[in-house]
Amino acid sequence: MPTLSVFLDVPLAPKTVGKLLDDFQKDDNPNKVYLAYEVCMTVNEVPWLPPVVPKTLMKLAHDPSHSYEYLPEHGLEAFIRVATELLVGQHSPAIVENRVGGVHTIGGSGAIRLGAMFLKDWHRGPRVVYLQPSQKEQHGLIFQEMGFIIREYAFWDPYRLASDTGKLFDVVEHAPERSIVVLYNPGSFILPRKKWTKLAKVMKRKQIFLFFDVLDQGFISGDPDRDNKILRYFVTQGFEFFCSQCFSSSFGLYDECIGNLIVVALSNKALLHIRSQLDSYARYMWCSPPALGSRVITTILSNPALRREWKKSLRGVVENIMLTREKVKEKLRLLGTPGSWEHITEQDGMHSFLGISVDQVDYLVTKKHIYIPKTGQFNLTCINNQNIDYIAQSINEAILAIGLGPQPREPPTTDSVVLEDSELHIPGLKGEGTKFSGLAALLRSKK
Amino acid sequence: MAERDSLLPTKPSAQRLGHDKPSVKDFRIGTGPGAGGFRALVAALGLAMPSSIFADVPQAQPVLVFKLTADFREDPDPRKVNLGVGAYRTDDCQPWVLPVVRKVEHQIASNDALNHEYLPILGLPEFRSNASRIALGDDSPAIKEKRIGSVQTLGGTGALRVGAEFLRKWYNGTNNAATPVYVSSPTWENHNGVFGAAGFTDIRTYHYWDAAKRGLDLQGLLQDMENAPEFSIFVLHACAHNPTGTDPTPEQWEKIASVMKRRFLFPFFDSAYQGFASGDLDKDAWAVRYFVNEGFELFCAQSFSKNFGLYNERVGNLTVVGKDGDNVLRVLSQMEKIVRVLWSNPPAQGARIVATTLSSPEHFTMWKENVKTMADRILSMRAELRSRLEALGTPGTWNHITEQIGMFSFTGLTTKQVEYLINEKHIYLLPSGRINMCGLTTKNLDYVATSIHEAITKVQ
Repeated sequence: MPTLSVFLDVPLAPKTVGKLLDDFQKDDNPNKVYLAYEVCMTVNEVPWLPPVVPKTLMKLAHDPSHSYEYLPEHGLEAFIRVATELLVGQHSPAIVENRVGGVHTIGGSGAIRLGAMFLKDWHRGPRVVYLQPSQKEQHGLIFQEMGFIIREYAFWDPYRLASDTGKLFDVVEHAPERSIVVLYNPGSFILPRKKWTKLAKVMKRKQIFLFFDVLDQGFISGDPDRDNKILRYFVTQGFEFFCSQCFSSSFGLYDECIGNLIVVALSNKALLHIRSQLDSYARYMWCSPPALGSRVITTILSNPALRREWKKSLRGVVENIMLTREKVKEKLRLLGTPGSWEHITEQDGMHSFLGISVDQVDYLVTKKHIYIPKTGQFNLTCINNQNIDYIAQSINEAILAIGLGPQPREPPTTDSVVLEDSELHIPGLKGEGTKFSGLAALLRSKK
Repeated sequence: MAERDSLLPTKPSAQRLGHDKPSVKDFRIGTGPGAGGFRALVAALGLAMPSSIFADVPQAQPVLVFKLTADFREDPDPRKVNLGVGAYRTDDCQPWVLPVVRKVEHQIASNDALNHEYLPILGLPEFRSNASRIALGDDSPAIKEKRIGSVQTLGGTGALRVGAEFLRKWYNGTNNAATPVYVSSPTWENHNGVFGAAGFTDIRTYHYWDAAKRGLDLQGLLQDMENAPEFSIFVLHACAHNPTGTDPTPEQWEKIASVMKRRFLFPFFDSAYQGFASGDLDKDAWAVRYFVNEGFELFCAQSFSKNFGLYNERVGNLTVVGKDGDNVLRVLSQMEKIVRVLWSNPPAQGARIVATTLSSPEHFTMWKENVKTMADRILSMRAELRSRLEALGTPGTWNHITEQIGMFSFTGLTTKQVEYLINEKHIYLLPSGRINMCGLTTKNLDYVATSIHEAITKVQ
């Protein structure tokens, strides 16, 4: 027996996730506020759970016919069906033509992992993946693990204080042919139909492979169908693509990690082949997926009354987010805070850019105990009647203390589209931690 | 360990196997509400379909057990028996939800205060500590000396995968995919598959099953260990070896440990049947605990699918035992990164059920009784089958049926005899002759015994 440990040379991996939360939890200031949660919060500062979910959980727990037998390798068929219908729409040509299907995965990350493994083995093209900053840490690490080079692109323009989804044109134009582009929450894209037509043409010409990432279907507009119009447009245009689908926010069941990798193929045969390969990757990672979460979602989505109830509560949350946006803007206006705050109400979804500088963010964190990621991207559901005044006053103070408030302005010319190969360090290969550079650092994800 | 005996190679990319595919449904062009879809449009315009960028992706081989189950399901014969399933069955051939699981499940569902946020990347803390405690024992020196760590995983497969990924990245050098990994011959198909998928390039087998003796080939095993390069990884079945049901005795384990220690071999235990094999948790964990007491650093992949009957909630745990706490801390920090790129966060339900059961003395007692119920039924089926075959005077010896342990038995039937049983007798089992003892019931024992007798006497 060697007297030395065989693990002697294993370095300690620095903690990259949860540093901000750690600091928040250690902070004993009574006014402290955490605006960086990933999950949707209620006014009582607990994660939101649609009332129909606990009800369904209770019902399932008392179902005497239920047994704990293994799910099939690619998961619960009924779940995959309802989830696919929710994504592409019940009457989608892909459903009619029997060329869309899925593999039930361990959350959105599991879906990305499975898709990335498949693309590594079967996608002929440059090993380049385009990602948005908010996905970079999570998905970027996965693609990098699979040997892809990560390039990031951003829609949020910190100079004009607006999301500019038109930037996707630049991305696609600059990307090598057959690149992979990950589109995060396409529901939040604001582009006229004509532009989409054009974009689809360019993508087709350059044989771009689309990998959609639908995280909070329904959280953009309050209507799950409306949120997916763009994805459905690509279906009708005959694209073959992957979509990672995650149900964590929309059903509040973060802890059950319910995901799907949806495959839209060109034919039923291709679909069967692709799915059989995906099954074999899953076989050696998790064998078969966990059941409870998918049973809850299947129960709710296939029962019209429960489905209505779920959609109604979803709409309630989204309306509340919109209201919070209005309130924050109004409070800042009443305080006479310098700068334009229109961008607060012009964005949508659960997370938004506050549009303030890194120094101002730092001021909020250190002086006011308001925890915001360096990007200035915050979770609107963390704001409630108890803390909104304090937050607005603190933002006002930060702006007055450190320079001007947000002001739309022309960006420096060099920054228009900077797509650099990222240096996300893979643990265990070169160094440790995650390094960001240049504009990438400025636009860094919310984590 | 789940039932995933695949027919063929482990590397999907190696499966470019031509184009004979199972039934492909016709496209329903122009029917239903979606008429006018993309395909219809293309067809109407008389255009050729664009070819898929994945046109050369072949159909991967299906898993053998699934096909067996499907064939069984479609067989209309009333006498049919499925001895190929990978899960426990009652004497009525039904799945069994453990009463303690039902009880705890109700308790969890009525807890309004339950927070459904993501679990930590490494999993539910009370599950991890309790699971490792069950494996290593209450008074394990490693636990007392705080040199163990755990990762909640997606079943036993997930635990093997996290461990394998870690070893490939950080064991025996950095990113050393060439470290030999030894798995028993035969073994559960996923052992090959998981280590291959984690990047290991040199997966070998060690002697285990002596077909002539219908027992353990200890000499072959020890010889393979003597000949293995130092620092090789050995995947060991903690108890109830799958598929042979044959375990080393404590004395044999001692010999194995002594060679492994001298040759600097790394033990990676797979513990999928603790309690389920003998009915006694401690007895089934004897080998793992002996290695820990001997001062080994090791991994132990635990699955709670069988002993909790929680197949579909994917509850697993990877226990890490190191020389000291500092080593374990560093190992766990790297495993956290590995989990992030595998599935990010594990699911909660199964872990909650297991943690709640293991941490309450009342539930724990009830669980041990439930586990014993399952183990005892299997033991009695073994005894019944053996006595019937002996009474029938079936050629050969049948003591191995009761000497083997756990859910599976390696009957020693040949592939031809298996075919005979499937085709003539509607008794479904794997070509290796492995049977699941849970497929036997007091109602079908006579039929199965006489059928085996017939197969052996008629088919050579």
